[in-house]
Order: sequence, then structure tokens, then C-alpha cells
Amino acid sequence: MMSVRYLPLWITAALLCLMFGIGGWQFDGFASLIVVSNLFSDNAFLLIVALGMTLVIISGGIDLSVGAVIALSGVAASLLISQYQWHPLLAFALILPVAALFGALMGVLIHVYKLQPFIVTLAGMFLARGLATTLSEESVAIDHSFYDAIAEFGFVLPGGGWVGASTMIFIVLLLLVIVLMHYSRFGTYVYALGGNSQSAELMGVPVARTTIAIYVLSSVLAALAGIVFTFYTFSGYALAGVGMELDAIAAVVIGGTLLTGGSGFVIGTVLGVLLMGVIQTYIIFDGSLSSWWTKIVIGLLLFGFILLQKLLSRRTALTTAARSTAHG
Amino acid sequence: MTTPSLVLELKQVCKHFPGVKALQDVDLRLFAGEVHALLGENGAGKSTLVKVMTGALAKSSGEIYFNSQNCSFASPAAAQQAGISTVYQEVNLLPNLSVAQNLFLGHEPRRFGLIQHQKMQQQAQQLLLRFKLNIDVSAPLAQYSVAVQQLIAIARGVAMSAKVLVLDEPTASLDSSEVQMLFDVMRQLRDQGVAIVFITHFLDQVYQISDRITVLRNGSKVGEYLAADLPRARLIEAMLGKELQQLTHQAATTTPAAAELLLVLNNIAVKGSISGISLTVAQGQAVGLAGLLGSGRTEVCRAVYGVDALSQGEIQFGGRTLRLQQPADAIKAGIALCPEERKTEGIIGPLSIRENIMLALQARRGWWRYLPVKQQQQLAAFYIDKLHIATPDAEKPIEQLSGGNQQKVILARWLAINPQLLILDEPTRGIDIGAHAEILLLIKSLCQQGMSLLVTSSELEELVAFAGKVVVLRDRQKVTELSGDTMTAPHIMQAIAEG
Repeated sequence: MMSVRYLPLWITAALLCLMFGIGGWQFDGFASLIVVSNLFSDNAFLLIVALGMTLVIISGGIDLSVGAVIALSGVAASLLISQYQWHPLLAFALILPVAALFGALMGVLIHVYKLQPFIVTLAGMFLARGLATTLSEESVAIDHSFYDAIAEFGFVLPGGGWVGASTMIFIVLLLLVIVLMHYSRFGTYVYALGGNSQSAELMGVPVARTTIAIYVLSSVLAALAGIVFTFYTFSGYALAGVGMELDAIAAVVIGGTLLTGGSGFVIGTVLGVLLMGVIQTYIIFDGSLSSWWTKIVIGLLLFGFILLQKLLSRRTALTTAARSTAHG
Repeated sequence: MTTPSLVLELKQVCKHFPGVKALQDVDLRLFAGEVHALLGENGAGKSTLVKVMTGALAKSSGEIYFNSQNCSFASPAAAQQAGISTVYQEVNLLPNLSVAQNLFLGHEPRRFGLIQHQKMQQQAQQLLLRFKLNIDVSAPLAQYSVAVQQLIAIARGVAMSAKVLVLDEPTASLDSSEVQMLFDVMRQLRDQGVAIVFITHFLDQVYQISDRITVLRNGSKVGEYLAADLPRARLIEAMLGKELQQLTHQAATTTPAAAELLLVLNNIAVKGSISGISLTVAQGQAVGLAGLLGSGRTEVCRAVYGVDALSQGEIQFGGRTLRLQQPADAIKAGIALCPEERKTEGIIGPLSIRENIMLALQARRGWWRYLPVKQQQQLAAFYIDKLHIATPDAEKPIEQLSGGNQQKVILARWLAINPQLLILDEPTRGIDIGAHAEILLLIKSLCQQGMSLLVTSSELEELVAFAGKVVVLRDRQKVTELSGDTMTAPHIMQAIAEG
């Protein structure tokens, strides 16, 4: 028996298989491990950001700052490495705690002053993007032996796919987040907040601690994504990741997470990112379509999925409505 | 029996909200191994007291002793940690989580920091068997009925509670066999030494299960009694106001005998609530609706105002039969309602006083015949002056006013369209004494001007003061109708209590 909760997840998985099938049927070499492994390595940074975004959205919030945090952490890393000759690991060790602080600040504002996450993280977005541009308007190239080593680190899959450092980092993070969400109290609290934050508080959920931790995680994951992005581009650029927060939100929604919070799965988001990636790959293989068709298809997909969400949540709304009329 | 020990003691606890004193010097003693009923009419302060006791609200002053230690809980989590758990009036669980997760949220069995889902589900299953619930505990809570959710909420409280269990109206959505099951569990816990606070408005249940009773009224403690020593009539007296007995019948606004009937309810019923209610309201008459919470007072008001559809009977208004499909129809006919839930059904918080007053008039004019701001201001100023609404100016958001002044604004909203029948559902609930008296005076003067009123109130003293007659409801049916010399507070009380 299939629960309604898993329905969007299954639909996304089915669409992913369908797209893969169509691509494989039309083009030679589409249905191969090379394409699959490229999907992961090309989208590693988006996947990492989307993990954090899933958490935030399940808790009933949103984080618009992540795209800008990617740029800021990328620029900061490349400046520290190239201009100040820091070892990359040292630079990362500085950047991640700063990002955590940044997320904590947003979480505190959201919790203590009961501000809308939308507006707080919008302010965070401008702040981070502005800081990144102030640090350097130009793209900063990274030339360091550590980066060369990272690029070579990895193994070849049978059939020619390549699993590199970025993919491995993502997979480790994915496993961690899944364990966090489903096997820790914190994860249950995140779902609880998204379900009904007032009830959660009355049931003894530490709302302040949980809210702050959620935004800390999202910012740290975004900073990590920024670092992984520098592995990909060998540079840091203040205008990198513009609009990536929206891609992440789209992936989360396509992956079946309710924008109103309380319901969703990290694995759905991964499927969401991969689906978006497969569509892009298909368009590249086709060659005649403009790459903007990716956006058109994603737009249509989003419409479909929010409609589906509405229909599903109307079902649950019926049961909740029955509860609230119990007043004499 | 050994002398029971005091678990929780509240001394002189006060809680003030802007404009309202929700709790005034309330004392409460809770002993280990007893079921302590906390009683009072709607708005008496029971729920506020529970929230203060369990850390959901901060007290304004007073002291709380838990196991003889002076303490006050900063949050529900802190109270739970100490061993006080609460089942709130509305089911406060998380519909999106599984039954097992709801039962053990924050107390999940863990190994190496990881939640043991299987163990948790087994424990959940066992816990629910005590309530004879054999359900899939891994399914989301939202899939189950309100009654089951209520039992789950109670089971959660039972699982958490070490010393004190607070049940705020736990039986409201349970049927009688479920209630008996709950009582069995409560007795078990009591025998294990747990102190249980039980809030309800079903007096039968109070006498079935309680050892001790504390009665609140208007935010103050009326008294603490042993259940065995307190006859039902005296309990109701305490809940509705003890001083009533000494009150003599005040001269009510008598209606000339020849006055025409404005409203006639002919054996009306609403599916799932009131049944077979008939009453009449004459031109310029104020009719009171009396009864305990849940007796059907509010439901009658809603039916006459067209909120709930009739399943039987008819409403005649001014000689014609009314077919009400929605409140707008009632307003068009000349019926207005000031609802009981002022905050959620009456005011529009962020809008100004002027805008709140204008709503009904503007709605009746239709949106394309916009009333010029200048006229609106004049009208608002007129009512602010006439009803003595305490505010520096008409542009202040209504949510910043005290309860009494908000009520006056809502009255002004309806007076502006000059209805023939004004329904007031608990018009004086939760407002301070001064505004209270003013609203009563206003009701009287409206009657004299020929407006008809249908008023519900828990304050019998109040009803007797202005009503031409009082209709008594019990169990969503009409019990009797009192007027003239028989319309006294003790008589009404008797009618409410009997049965």
C-alpha cells in the first residue's frame, strides 16, 4: 500500500526514469554511467545547497541567501588561497564557522523577533552578495597544488564514469543529513516545527535551538557548496550562484517537499536536482534546442507539482478542519 | 489512607493581558494521588491558569511551588522535564508526524544518539493498548479521527507524566465509552500517586471522577471544595456567581404587551447541534439566552444570523419567513451579530477603528459606492464619542484597544447600519468592569429606542438586569422560559442545574 506522503516522491522518480529512458532510446550513450556520474559531479554544489534547503523548507521556512553565500564563500576561499597564500584547508576552516555564524544570526532574527524567514534571508542574500562583490569584483583564479590533487582524487566507474571528490563529499553529506533527519531528535523537531510550530512548542520542542540550528546548517551547507564550486571552476567569482537559491527551491518542490512545511524527504530533493539535470543533459544531447528550454520544462514541472501539492494538502486540510470545529 | 503530600501549589497568581486581568490572585493546591477538577464558566480563566502552571504563559505575579520548591517554568519543555505534562483543550499534536513520533516527541528511545524506531513503535503500541486502541502507530496522525487524536494526546500526557497530569477539556470529543476508558486510566494513575488536574464543563463527569474541586470565576478563585461535600446546585452557584442569591429581581425593561413580535423561531434545529428550539423576540425587547457552556447558546445565535443552515423549522422575521443561506442575507434583513469570539470572528486586528466601524455599512452599500473618507471620519468620531470608546484617535489599529473598547467598536459597526435585531453573544466576556456597565446601559437604551436584542451571557445577574425574558437552554434544547417575577437568578440557576 502506498501512502499519500510518498506519492510526489514516486512521481519524481518515475519522471526521472522516463526522461532517462527517452534519452537512452533517442541518443547513443545517454543511458550510461558516464552521464549519471556527470549528473552528480556537475550538480554537486546544487545538490549540497538543496540538502540544506530541504531542511529549511520542511521546517516551514525558506532560505534565499544560499546563492549569495556560495559566491561569498567561493570568493573568500580563492582570495585567502591566492592572495594571502593560505592553505586551502585553513581557509575552509575559517569560512565554515563564519558561515555558521551568519546562519545563526538569521535564525536568531527569525526566532526572537518572529520575522518572516523570507525577508530575513532576503536581507542575508543582499548582505552576502554585497560582501562578496566588495571583496573582489573580478573573478579570482586559484592555483594551488591542493586543488590539483582534489581534481585528480577519485575513481573510475566501470563504463567510464568518474566519481570525484565533489561527488564523494555530496554522498557523505547526503548520508549524514538522512541520518540527521530520520534518526535524530533534531530531525523530528524539524518536521515538528513545519507541522505546527505552536503545537511543537507546547509539546516541549526547543523551538529556538532548532530554528537557529536549521539556518546554521543551511548556511554551512551553502558555504560548502561554494567551496565545492571552486573545485569545479578553479576560481571564485562574486556573481557565481546568482539565482541558485531558486534552483534549489525548485528541486525541493519537485522532490515532493511541501512548501508549507512538515512533509518531505531529502532523497526527493536529490531526485529533483537529478531530474532537472537530466532535462539539461537531454537538451545538450539534442543540440538543436536552446538551453533555455531547460527553464521552460522546469517551469512546467513546478506548476504541475505545486498543483499536486495543493490537491494533497486539501485532503489533509479536511481532517484538520474537523479538529478545529470542536468548540461548543 | 496516608496524608497526601502537596505536589503543586499556586499562591496569589496573577496574569494580565493588555486591558484584561485574566487571573487575579488565584490559589490552587494539588495533592499527590488526587483528581482535582478545575471548574468555571467560559472565560473564567481555567485555560490561562493551566498555561501559567505549565510554562506556556509567564505569570504576571504570584508564586508557584513544585514539590515545595519555588519555581516557575520558562517553557512547556521545562515543565515537562520537571514532571508536569499537559493535554491542551484543542488537540495540540503534529498531524504530519506518525502516531508513535507524536507520543514520544522529545523522549524517543535512543541508542548511540540514534532513534530506535522499532522500539519506539512497540512502546507506542503498548501504551495505546491501555486505551484499547489498536492502530498503526507508524501512520501519520492526520489519518485518525478527532476522538482517536484526543486519546493519543492523553496517552502522550500519560507516558510523559511523572507527577502531575493536566487535562484541559479532554472529553469534549470523546463518546461515553471512550470517556469511561479515560476515567479508568485516570484512576490507575491516581492510585499510582499522580496528581491530575481535570478541566471540563460536563458536571456529571466531575462528580464521577474528582476528589477535589476548585472553582474559578472571572479570573478569581471562588473556592476549593471536596467533591463529596459540594452539591451540584451549590457548584453551579459558585460557577455562575454566589452573590446572585441575595440579588432581588431588578426592574427589567418591560415591553408593552401590545408590542409586535419581530423574531419567531419555530421549532428550529441545526444538524449535529441544537434541536427543537422555539422562541420569540418582540419589538424593542431584550431576550436573554441562559445556559452553561455547550448548552446551545452560541448555536442559536449562529442559526439566526445565517451562519449554520437549519435542518428543520423556520425563522420568521417581521412577519415574513426568512431563508438564510449566509450572514449577508441576515444583514440584509436587518439582523446583526456581535460574536462570542471577538478576536477571531469580530475584529480585524490591523485595521483602524474607523475601518472596523465602517465594514458593515460599506458592505451593505456595496463596494462600488465608496463612502468618502470625510464621512467615514465623522461617523467614527460620532460613535467614539457616543459609546465612549477610549482612544486618542480613530486611526489606531483596533488590536491595540482593550477588550471592552474593541467590543464597543463592534457594537458601533452594527449600530451604523441600524439593525432591527441585534444579537449579542457574550457581549461582556473578558472585559473590565467599567466597560461592562457601559455596555449594559447601552443595551438598555437600545431597547428603549425600539431595537430588539437577543443576548447570551454567563452572568445571570446581567441577564436579569436588562432582559424582558430569559430562555434557558440545556443540552442544546430549550428547557424553559422565564419572565416577570419568576425571572430571577436563582430560578434560572435552578433551571440550568436540573436534569
